[in-house]
Amino acid sequence: MISADTEAPQIEVRDLTLAYGSFVVQGGLNFTIPRGQVFIIMGGSGCGKSTVLKSMIGLKQPAKGEILYRGESYWDTDDDARERLMRNFGVLFQQGALWSSMTLAENVALPLEQYTALGTNEIHDVCRLKLALVGLAGFEDYYPNEISGGMRKRAALARAMALDPDILYFDEPGAGLDPISAKLQDDLILELRDSLGATVVIVTHELQSIFNIADNCVFLDPETKTQLAVGDPKELRDHSEIFAVRNFLNRGTLTPPPVSDDEPAASAPAAS
Amino acid sequence: MAETNDKKASSAAALQPSKTQSGDLVVAFSGDWELGQTLPETRSALDAIASLPAGGRIKFDTTALGGWDTGLIVALSRIEESANKHNIEIDHSGLPEGAAKLLHLAFAVGERSGAKRSDEKSSLVIRIGKATSRAIGNLKSSLAFLGKFMESLGRFFTGKANYQRNDLWVTMQEAGAEALPIVGLISFLIGIIFAFVGVIQLNKFGAGIFVADLVAVGMVREMGPIMTGIIMAGRTGAAFAARIGTMKVNEEVDALTTLGLDPMDFLVLPRVIALVLMLPLLTIYANAVGILGGMMVSLSMLDVSATQYWVQTKSAVTIGSIVTGLIKATVYGIVIAIAGVKSGLECGSSAQAVGTATTSAVVSGIVWIIVSASVLTVIYITLGV
Repeated sequence: MISADTEAPQIEVRDLTLAYGSFVVQGGLNFTIPRGQVFIIMGGSGCGKSTVLKSMIGLKQPAKGEILYRGESYWDTDDDARERLMRNFGVLFQQGALWSSMTLAENVALPLEQYTALGTNEIHDVCRLKLALVGLAGFEDYYPNEISGGMRKRAALARAMALDPDILYFDEPGAGLDPISAKLQDDLILELRDSLGATVVIVTHELQSIFNIADNCVFLDPETKTQLAVGDPKELRDHSEIFAVRNFLNRGTLTPPPVSDDEPAASAPAAS
Repeated sequence: MAETNDKKASSAAALQPSKTQSGDLVVAFSGDWELGQTLPETRSALDAIASLPAGGRIKFDTTALGGWDTGLIVALSRIEESANKHNIEIDHSGLPEGAAKLLHLAFAVGERSGAKRSDEKSSLVIRIGKATSRAIGNLKSSLAFLGKFMESLGRFFTGKANYQRNDLWVTMQEAGAEALPIVGLISFLIGIIFAFVGVIQLNKFGAGIFVADLVAVGMVREMGPIMTGIIMAGRTGAAFAARIGTMKVNEEVDALTTLGLDPMDFLVLPRVIALVLMLPLLTIYANAVGILGGMMVSLSMLDVSATQYWVQTKSAVTIGSIVTGLIKATVYGIVIAIAGVKSGLECGSSAQAVGTATTSAVVSGIVWIIVSASVLTVIYITLGV
């Protein structure tokens, strides 16, 4: 599934506007994600991070703008092409979203049964391997409601990786995990990126994991309903010209500057 | 009111606004301002604020204040809101430190514009308009759903649909074999009821043997299909809606979609097909059990033998009437299944929404059963079958 075309960026978001009816959630989003990058979509609670993710994985049609995968527009194409693009995604939903009527092994097996020519035994082996990769060896025959929330999340990750996707999407991967599990998950994400060569897009606001794993990020602002900054989070934390971004990345410990520093941001969303 | 409270007991809460000569307003709180006590109205203070001259300030006197909790903060925030509305400055220095802090916290983040739901009553015309556009929207979404389902059905017959065979078999078992006891029980009782009515009425003019005709024709043409349909709407239609609705709440449907698996193929198709195949079979069973029930009543209450009853039944029921009943059952199967899966897929993302989806599956399922029963009966009569 690895494309020879390395010229076009893996994902490009152009002038994206998302709305529920007439209520605009986010507008004027522009960013590109090169292959193999770990990219974070961050912002305060309720700023529309998850909605942006939904439109990138094909669940919510944007009101305006385009999402390009290797130069191919996702929303301006026919159903077949869209389905083909979709198969390159692996998505880890916030609560895992494992199919509750199937065992963990069946959850991982379903995409394999649908899209590969593997036989039953081979699928069984792949499922065992994928579950072992996330530390769930031996839990193949458990149902999602029989395991803990953290385990469910890992099982969902195993399912997301079932087809060795080019792009892995994570919606709040650290939510509900203890610090050590969260660290292990961060390591796992980096490991997957390095070994599979996957591009990783993560929606989160957990600073610890942002600084640990991100190559690049976009900061969404609930007030102005657009992106305030794009860049390396460590760079933005120390040197962003926009106070709101610096303050967010410093856990809100900064004192507001006497002269309103974030004023220009409201009028012209600038990339730092 | 404030004074009388003040005199009765020292712990009773009271508030007393008074204007100073410098044009300020001092609001004095006394007694215990705690929730669960009868707290005085803040109206007198609010009125005083409204009539305060420009440049005046609001101050607080809490020297006589006893205990306080949220009750005091609510009163204070009303005063603060009113002051903000009239652009009057407030001096918090007279308040207990904790109360001033809480009040500051409550007003630190202003109300988000547009966040508050307006509870204004709109006019009749607007409401009719909204209801109409909602109804049109519902109709459109129903047609869109049917269109998508037809596409999906087309994929099923050309072998291109993505669904799990296993899911189809399991649903057939749930909507078929597992429904046998309840369908049997209800049909048996319906047969008995039919026979009782028939025995009492027909025996009056010595036509008791025709109870067999009444029960057989009644069951095969109408009651068998309709009772099975209603049972299955409550049993399986509701289960479809609850199952798919819960999957929607848990993002399981989204998880299917992002894998390129169309929920229409994967969830809807096997359920509709299973129910449409199972309902006629259940109806045949219901007919047989109903006739058996009628026979038992007739044998015990009339002077007929089992053979006589059976011969009479056989002469009353034609292949034609069985087939018309089974066509009805098939149609009921379609409407029950569609009502169930559609309600499930349109489910919102809360526990309440799952309940609503289940209710709507059963209600619209039964309504559509009755509607299609009437339409089919008219068609049968017109065609003379």
